[in-house]
Amino acid sequence: MWNYTEKVMDHFLHPRNVGEIENPDAVGEVGNITCGDALKLFLKVDDERQTIVDVRFQTFGCASAIASASALTELIKGKPIAEAEDITNQNIADFLGELPEEKMHCSVMGMEALQAALANLRGEGDGKVTAGDHDDDHYDPQGLDRVVCYCFSVTERKIREVVKANDLHTVEDVTHYCKAAGGCGGCRDEIADIIAAVRGEADAGTAADGQSEAGSPKPMTNLQKIMKIQVAIDAEIAPALKADGGDLELVDVDGNTVSVRLKGACAGCPSAHITLQRWVQAKLQELVSPDITVVEG
Amino acid sequence: MTKDVVYVDNNATTRVAPEVLEAMLPFFSDLYGNPSSIHTFGGQIRNQIEAARSKVAALLGAFPDEIIFTSCGTESDNAAILSALDTNVKRRKVVTTRVEHPAVLGLCKVLQKRGYHVEFVPVNNKGQLCLQALCGMVDEQTAVVSVMWANNETGNIQPIHEVAQIAHQNGALFHTDAVQAVGKVPINLRQSEIDLLSLSGHKLHAPKGVGALYVRRRTPFNQFMIGGHQEYGLRAGTENVPSIVGLGRAAELALAHFDEERGRVARMRDHLEHELLSRCRNARVNGNPPSRLPNTTNISFEYIEGESILLRLNEHGIAASSGSACTSGSLEPSHVLRAMGVPYTAAHGSIRFSLSRYNTMEEMDYIVEKLPPIVEWLREMSPFGRDK
Repeated sequence: MWNYTEKVMDHFLHPRNVGEIENPDAVGEVGNITCGDALKLFLKVDDERQTIVDVRFQTFGCASAIASASALTELIKGKPIAEAEDITNQNIADFLGELPEEKMHCSVMGMEALQAALANLRGEGDGKVTAGDHDDDHYDPQGLDRVVCYCFSVTERKIREVVKANDLHTVEDVTHYCKAAGGCGGCRDEIADIIAAVRGEADAGTAADGQSEAGSPKPMTNLQKIMKIQVAIDAEIAPALKADGGDLELVDVDGNTVSVRLKGACAGCPSAHITLQRWVQAKLQELVSPDITVVEG
Repeated sequence: MTKDVVYVDNNATTRVAPEVLEAMLPFFSDLYGNPSSIHTFGGQIRNQIEAARSKVAALLGAFPDEIIFTSCGTESDNAAILSALDTNVKRRKVVTTRVEHPAVLGLCKVLQKRGYHVEFVPVNNKGQLCLQALCGMVDEQTAVVSVMWANNETGNIQPIHEVAQIAHQNGALFHTDAVQAVGKVPINLRQSEIDLLSLSGHKLHAPKGVGALYVRRRTPFNQFMIGGHQEYGLRAGTENVPSIVGLGRAAELALAHFDEERGRVARMRDHLEHELLSRCRNARVNGNPPSRLPNTTNISFEYIEGESILLRLNEHGIAASSGSACTSGSLEPSHVLRAMGVPYTAAHGSIRFSLSRYNTMEEMDYIVEKLPPIVEWLREMSPFGRDK
């Protein structure tokens, strides 16, 4: 059973602002029944188009989806549009006290529906958020609107957004926030690469702003990553272990998880686990990628 | 103390029968000896374990020496399938179904990674196994065919006797996960071709943490838990004496209450199902009513989501379960409903009610009173399925 806060349960059992608005000034719609949750938001604004005077929602989803939608309406009702534009999924989660990690996508859905409604209010689009389905004149030079997760129709753009906005590190985080890789899992490696790329860009941005845009590091392919890991082990890690009568071999690389096996004096050594976790991982993070975790395979 | 909850989630777990608890208690206090000990104080416990074994054997129509006590249904499943592979190393194929319990499916996925060939037999939209497909998959490379007797989500009963024959025609062993079936369907293993059968204590009013594996006489068996000589040398580890005694008593009770399970429990289930279907629009039964466990119904309320239904029911003290994605922490609805091709509009809103002999008709009426308004309330809120 989920550990929902009292506030989540309150907003689930007594949701605020449920329903439709006749002749709304804007609608925002996100999700579909296949995905397991959906939200339709109706906005009414004042004559100057400055303030949200009324908001209603319809939702299909679990308790946290209903509570997130209800919370969102409370956050924006009577507020200036300019303020509503800054609402993030974290605001929704904070309003509710806390959402389980696995349910963060419900708060993201709220934010997306709001953004779609506000875009609709500005006259951009029909208020519907649909993945990989854009007008021909849609300008997308980097191909960010390509679908990465086919099970839940999640685009690279959306994955990049949730990683950036919520400072996510792992594929599991991404799944919790936008469902990508929550189905067959076939896109896990690709998402790991996107996370690495986003984080690489963020680091490059803070470290060396002299770099041109084209200079932002491209995500490593899996093969490149495996080769780099092998080189790091052969050149740096194994020699150091051999000095103590030990050795280590690479067993498997799965996304950013590297399985290794300790051999020689290291195998069975009580401090082997700590050796692996602290030292080998730090070495590989330094030499290959900061996202690597090491497990004993 | 259990009366403030209307518990209709008996396929998840059952309450320990008071008689079972009573039988177990002495083995937590005075009778704490180790059945392997040479002294009388410990040795006398051995007789209690053997008595429990006979009771479980009686429930299954088996010989006592065909029963091995384990720690749970999952251990029984793992032990059975791994043993079948270990004792016939030339055959590297497992045939199972797409609707098995994770205890089997999870193991099969690991076996695939270890290089075994695993085939998953599809089911039709009622959840019934496609025997024709199964025939095409079982061959002389197959070490074991594993098909559940009854499905935990829909209650569907599979044609396991036919499957056992097909397995044997190809020289493969047949295992069935009968965790949900034991005590609810007639089982007479002496008259069957089943080689290996798993059961779990806590699904039939014994405690959690005990199960059993039936291994037919002369069926080759390799132990899963390795160590001491317990359980005829087939399952090492000091016996979980209180729970084994409890399982024995529960088996005895299951046999005594068998007709009630098939009669009164089935009538309550039918009443609940009929009333809910007649009071809620866009509701449908998942599964195959003519061939189901007597205690289970799985109903989809279309256009609404299962977790929301369950948590609203929870507010009324009603404990049921759902095949929706959200309840499991996974993002996909139940693999069983997906294998059956239940549309997503319905799979997300599926609710399973699983009864036991401790339920009453008044409780069914209470659910019938509470659930339809919840369905209506959520439908009102849903952007889908509007008649307009």
